[in-house]
Amino acid sequence: MNAHVIIEARNVSKWYGAFHVLKDINLTVHKGERIVICGPSGSGKSTLIRCFNRLEAHQEGDITVNGVALHGKMGNVADVRSNVGMVFQHFNLFPHMTVLMNCMAGPMWVKGVPEKEARKTALKFLERVRIPEQANKFPVQLSGGQQQRVAIARSLCMQPAVMLFDEPTSALDPEMVSEVLDTMTELARDGMTMVCVTHEMGFARAVADRVIFMDAGQIVEAGTPDEFFGQPRHDRTRLFLSQILKH
Amino acid sequence: MLYPDTVEAEILVHKPWFVATMFGVVLLLFMAFNMSGTSFAELMRPVIGEPSVSGLYGRFAIAFAIAVIFTLNVVLIGFAPIKFQIGIVWLELLLLFIAFFETFHLSLPFIREKLPFLISQGVVTTLYVSAISIVIASVIAVAGAVAKLSSNGFAYAIASFYTSFFRGLPLLMQVYLIYLGLPQLGFVINAVPAGILALSLCYGAYMTEIFRSGIQSIDRGQWEASRSMGFGFALTMRRIILPQALPVIIPPTGNQFISMLKDSSLVSVIGVWELMFLARTLGQKTFQHMEMLISAAMIYWMLSICLELIQARIERRYRRSKVR
Ligand SMILES: Nc1ncnc2c1ncn2[C@@H]1O[C@H](COP(=O)(O)OP(=O)(O)OP(=O)(O)O)[C@@H](O)[C@H]1O
Ligand SMILES: [Mg+2]
Repeated sequence: MNAHVIIEARNVSKWYGAFHVLKDINLTVHKGERIVICGPSGSGKSTLIRCFNRLEAHQEGDITVNGVALHGKMGNVADVRSNVGMVFQHFNLFPHMTVLMNCMAGPMWVKGVPEKEARKTALKFLERVRIPEQANKFPVQLSGGQQQRVAIARSLCMQPAVMLFDEPTSALDPEMVSEVLDTMTELARDGMTMVCVTHEMGFARAVADRVIFMDAGQIVEAGTPDEFFGQPRHDRTRLFLSQILKH
Repeated sequence: MLYPDTVEAEILVHKPWFVATMFGVVLLLFMAFNMSGTSFAELMRPVIGEPSVSGLYGRFAIAFAIAVIFTLNVVLIGFAPIKFQIGIVWLELLLLFIAFFETFHLSLPFIREKLPFLISQGVVTTLYVSAISIVIASVIAVAGAVAKLSSNGFAYAIASFYTSFFRGLPLLMQVYLIYLGLPQLGFVINAVPAGILALSLCYGAYMTEIFRSGIQSIDRGQWEASRSMGFGFALTMRRIILPQALPVIIPPTGNQFISMLKDSSLVSVIGVWELMFLARTLGQKTFQHMEMLISAAMIYWMLSICLELIQARIERRYRRSKVR
């Protein structure tokens, strides 16, 4: 296997009961690659990326992350997860801990990093998402955009090999979207491997190496931003783009 | 929190209709009683003459005086800041309560003589039986809640059978069953451990349900965030879920603690020398039942107040992260 492959999904299928959510998905994410996944609501985007850290189980096909195959009987799922950062639509910060503690918890409790070092790392990444001054506040005291940036910092503190984003800006007020997108853009510049589910087409155009369009559990189309936005090949893609770019 | 509106409403107890109604109700209420034999009627003697022959006029005068005092009292308290209001009202209710006890003509020397033993033996036993039971019940509750939420059939079955059984039987019966039933199986058990076992099992069952609902109240996103960082089940539970469930768990658990403190009196039936047992037996010889019962009642109350204060402190501590 290619050493630079971070995530590989081969013929992945998933069902919720009788409902076929993911249909024969094939996707390879290389180190340093930035991938944007878009598609209509209910098409299975969240489900797919949640399979990548096994928050969801897939029933058919293979998913390997950093060379480790994900399946129901794996003993080292925590190792895989600590290597895969995830940012959620609703932030999911730990409300009973300060911002700093949110960022220190992972390294300290999972990797056994000493407190002093964890604090240094946490402050470094809070600096990087530009909110070091909020370190001792609790999440509820921050705006949505700030909370989402803390969530990003929290994931980065684990020094993950890849970051997964599930619509990180869609729960935010419009004026806060750009501060989160700026953070993500910087992250991309620094070479972080990223898989982003987002409908921010400006971000996709500027940052993505590849844009993937999903519909009804299938990958309909994948290509560079220029191909994808310039000459979409499928009617469904064109329809989706015309709808989303209308606004 | 009943978040108060920012618009200041007129104080209720200063509204004329409220004052008038209150006055009328108190007047009529006390008119309905014949108060001519009370010490209050004695105080009124200059106005109404000999109370027992004062008739309707006497009744009216007494009720009127009481209504005036009551209404004035309420209206005046209405002017005080809230902290004073709470303090004064507590104090007045307490005084009424003491006045009620006065009517029993309790023998204070007898109480003074027996109180040290009531405390050194009774309170101490009550406290340590309750404290040990509370600790065991809490441990059972965490385990029971996890089992009830788990997808393991055995765990769920055992936990749900346990909660159903121990919530379904009267505690008194459990005390008997354990104390008298276990020896049948060959486990001879002393009264105190039997009492502790019964209390722990019974309260563990109630608290299992409290902990379960507390754990369930935590958003799924917290589990996912925790898992996505590589936290295992135990770590997620201990560091993420339970600390957040505490604000939900603490108020009903405080209730359980207070209730357990008093239910520990049920183990007196198997001869444990705790507070209730001594209260019933110490006064028996000299027929001074009321003295001991009321002393014990006061002690139970004071212990409960301590628990209430502790609960309030803990609640305040865990509310911190919610303030904006
Ligand atoms: N736990 C579940 N049980 C049953 N069906 C589910 C479950 N979770 C999701 N689904 C269904 O699976 C489909 C895909 O869901 P998913 O959340 O992946 O969509 P999505 O592409 O992320 O949509 P959105 O843009 O609205 O977030 C939807 O039709 C949804 O109703
Ligand atoms: Mg989604």
